Amino acid sequence: MTRPVLEVENLATHFFTREGVVKAVDGVSFSVGAGEVLGIVGESGSGKSVSGFSIMGLIDPPGKIVSGSIRLNGEEITARDEATMRKVRGKDLAMIFQDPMMTLNPVLRIDTQMIEAVLAHDNVSEQAARSRCIEALSMVGIPSPAERLVAYPHQFSGGMRQRVAIAIALLHRPKLIIADEPTTALDVTIQSQILAEVQKLCAETGTAMVWITHDLSVVAGLADRIAVMYAGRVVEEGPVERVLENPQHPYTNGLIGSVPSANPMGQRLRQIPGSTPSLGRLPPGCAFEPRCAFASDLCRQQRPAIGPDSGGARVACHHPLSRARAS
Amino acid sequence: MLAFIIRRVAQALFVVLAMVIIVFFGTYVVGDPVWMMVPGDATQDQIEQVRREFGFDKPVHVQFLLFVADVLQGEFGRSYVHGGSAIGLILDRMPATLELALVALIFAVVIGLPLGVFAGLKPDHPAARTIMAGSILGFSLPTFWVGLMLIMFFSVMLGWLPATGRGPTTTVLGIETSLLTLKGWQHIALPALNLALLKISLVIRLARSGTREASLQDYVKFARAKGLSPKRIVGVHILKNIMIPIVTVLGLEFGSLVAFSVVTETIFAWPGMGKLLLESIQRLDRPLIVAYVMVVVLLFVTINLIVDILYSALDPRVRLAGKNE
Amino acid sequence: MSDLTLPKNAAAPKKAQGEFARFVGRFLEDRVAVFGLALISIIVLLALFAPLIAPQNPYDLARVDIMDSRQPPGAKALDGFTMWLGSDGVGRDLLSGILYGLRISLMVGLLSGVIAACLGLMVGLIAAYFGGRIENVIMRIVDLQLSLPSVLIALILVALLGKGVDKIILALVVVQWAYYARTVRGSALVERRKEYVEAARSLGLSHTRTMLRHILPNCLAPVIVIATVQTAHAISLEATLSFLGVGLPQTEPSLGVLISNGFQYMLSGKYWISFFPGVALLLTIVGINLVGDRLRDVLNPRLEK
Repeated sequence: MTRPVLEVENLATHFFTREGVVKAVDGVSFSVGAGEVLGIVGESGSGKSVSGFSIMGLIDPPGKIVSGSIRLNGEEITARDEATMRKVRGKDLAMIFQDPMMTLNPVLRIDTQMIEAVLAHDNVSEQAARSRCIEALSMVGIPSPAERLVAYPHQFSGGMRQRVAIAIALLHRPKLIIADEPTTALDVTIQSQILAEVQKLCAETGTAMVWITHDLSVVAGLADRIAVMYAGRVVEEGPVERVLENPQHPYTNGLIGSVPSANPMGQRLRQIPGSTPSLGRLPPGCAFEPRCAFASDLCRQQRPAIGPDSGGARVACHHPLSRARAS
Repeated sequence: MLAFIIRRVAQALFVVLAMVIIVFFGTYVVGDPVWMMVPGDATQDQIEQVRREFGFDKPVHVQFLLFVADVLQGEFGRSYVHGGSAIGLILDRMPATLELALVALIFAVVIGLPLGVFAGLKPDHPAARTIMAGSILGFSLPTFWVGLMLIMFFSVMLGWLPATGRGPTTTVLGIETSLLTLKGWQHIALPALNLALLKISLVIRLARSGTREASLQDYVKFARAKGLSPKRIVGVHILKNIMIPIVTVLGLEFGSLVAFSVVTETIFAWPGMGKLLLESIQRLDRPLIVAYVMVVVLLFVTINLIVDILYSALDPRVRLAGKNE
Repeated sequence: MSDLTLPKNAAAPKKAQGEFARFVGRFLEDRVAVFGLALISIIVLLALFAPLIAPQNPYDLARVDIMDSRQPPGAKALDGFTMWLGSDGVGRDLLSGILYGLRISLMVGLLSGVIAACLGLMVGLIAAYFGGRIENVIMRIVDLQLSLPSVLIALILVALLGKGVDKIILALVVVQWAYYARTVRGSALVERRKEYVEAARSLGLSHTRTMLRHILPNCLAPVIVIATVQTAHAISLEATLSFLGVGLPQTEPSLGVLISNGFQYMLSGKYWISFFPGVALLLTIVGINLVGDRLRDVLNPRLEK
């Protein structure tokens, strides 16, 4: 078996604020193989974006990676200094952000922002860099790329801007792309176009991808594996069919229940009662316990460790659903 | 866009007209200027002759219309003290003042921008706190007193730089400037620094808040995710974003530099129009005062107009806001 | 004491007291601001009690000896007292001159500030309350004035008016009032739209009463903030004009006049005649600005969030 492109093990990223330590990510593990798409799903505040930024090495004070290991192609990158990390960023590791209106610098032309990305890692002439940019723009489906290259971001629509951001991410054919809710800010029709585009590009280039989203239906068609995060931890992780069709964690089950298209027409959508707990003050037991219909005394006292189940997946629950239903 | 420009030009003309009225009636109300123009032992006939010569015997409204007519022709009468055309005297001194204001503006950016950007990037660094404390001090320091201290320190105690006057000038493309010689720079260094003081504090504040705001933006994080060096991120991505407001503000502040140069020119004996104004005020040389005021108001209005139009051309949001007014 | 005469209103002052205490508490949290406040208090006390503290009455020609002129700091005067800050060109003890000068500088600054604040408050309230054409005309004038630098306006005014304490105060009032008017109008416009003003009006209260009793108190916080900045500015501007020789006359030796008098000795190295009055001026302005900065933080509810 080949080594995964990305291995995250027991990652913990905490924010040391005046009000106390916020454990935004607290012991998260997952891995992504070459050409594979991992979907990380969770509500806002579940630590999914912080996981993404931790991998990129873009956690700013008061945040800090306090423990755990992140390996890219088997090489540990958490211990690297900023200068070495910079050589990886944009080259082996790329990132696409949530809001395309905000990720491109409004006062710089597209060519400036793309060419600098090429020159940051490759010592080529500006002319060569420019033609690579044109190539990348046409790859992501931007018509007449040579002319669009000299435009400013505000001359593009939201969807087009996100395509530009994706083109920048693809410039160096990275081994891994982290996409942080890249379609959330877009219209639904454009969202599906971009999804299809990204899927095609990843398949063509063999790039692995971590797709962060709060929307289960987005990753359902895109990801190979899914990791569901809750309150800074992965609660369930496994192949997409297994997690979506046979969810074992009550939280995953609740998420699926609240997706409109997964429910029969005319039936009321189910919601998960309560709201996400404050990360500064987590209960000692399972973080989902206060909202869980199956909670027991054990759940209140002891935090469930994540462990393998029979179907090639892992789940962190004292009472996984299949068994809970059986009993 | 055209409607916007027309409205702004109309506003500018209103300001100029208002100033013409204020200046005219201000000087009219204040007293009979004839007494300043005739010798103490003048006879009644002599006084009447001067009165007629300068048109002071006519009714107020006629005098006002004559005044407006003169202003439109750029004619402000002859200086009581120097005898020459008032506007000519002012314009002769203008290059020196503009040169001083321009160098002060450059100092403000060259000194203020790096300090402000640093303070914005590392707000908790002790040096950043010192810079910000310094900028508060810069707002509090009376300009004229700092001028004296500069002279005391750099001219009297250290003897490094001359305290007074302007260096030798050369004429380039019809403009007289002292900036082409080392001596010229030595002479302008202290007055320009003095004049720049307030603006340095201003630029520090603007640059700091701009940098702090920009560095939290997603595009900075995205630039880091591209693997760019901090030098490039600060020097291109952040700087380009904060320069638009800073340039706008400084453009508007240029007029106030010209006005403040009255103080600096007097301290450093800089032969500009500000020093001339002060001498005129002390000698009650009315045509010169009026000419100075009109020239400076015109300068102001023009600068504001240009900055406004440029800004609205750059930023579509301003134009939209204008329509909703 | 008010609760003796008006027992039924006893709750109101108590609440106001609580709010005031909270405000004082918030203000005192900042050590720099406390330093500024202490500085200002000391300066004001020094100015108030100058005749008691000063070693010499600098106006008393019998006490001033020309033989004492231009003595360096620490020199002994012919009268036997030590001139800690030296003496000026006509033999006055500089420390005494500064203490007396502070009185004049502070008086001119405060007086012009109070008059300008009252004028600006009135005009701003009228503009906001009546709106329409009145507001338009007033705000046009305010905008016109604020578009020109204050130093220029002040210079033109003294050129027209001439020297003298009253004229300088008038010039400083003209320079400042527009800032108050603009600020008051801004916050009064917000207040005017609130329900309690509607209520006051529907009760049939007169315009004056509605403005003064209901709108004005709610506009005071921003006025206090700009009052500090403007007073500092007025003191600085007076000093500038006096230094330039178009401000106060020699008979009213404010700090600016003292600095101006020392200017001619500067090039021969007798720095103290200009230096020490300038330090006093600087400390005054810095103190006021530090207090003003904190007041802005504490009183501005938008920043509190």
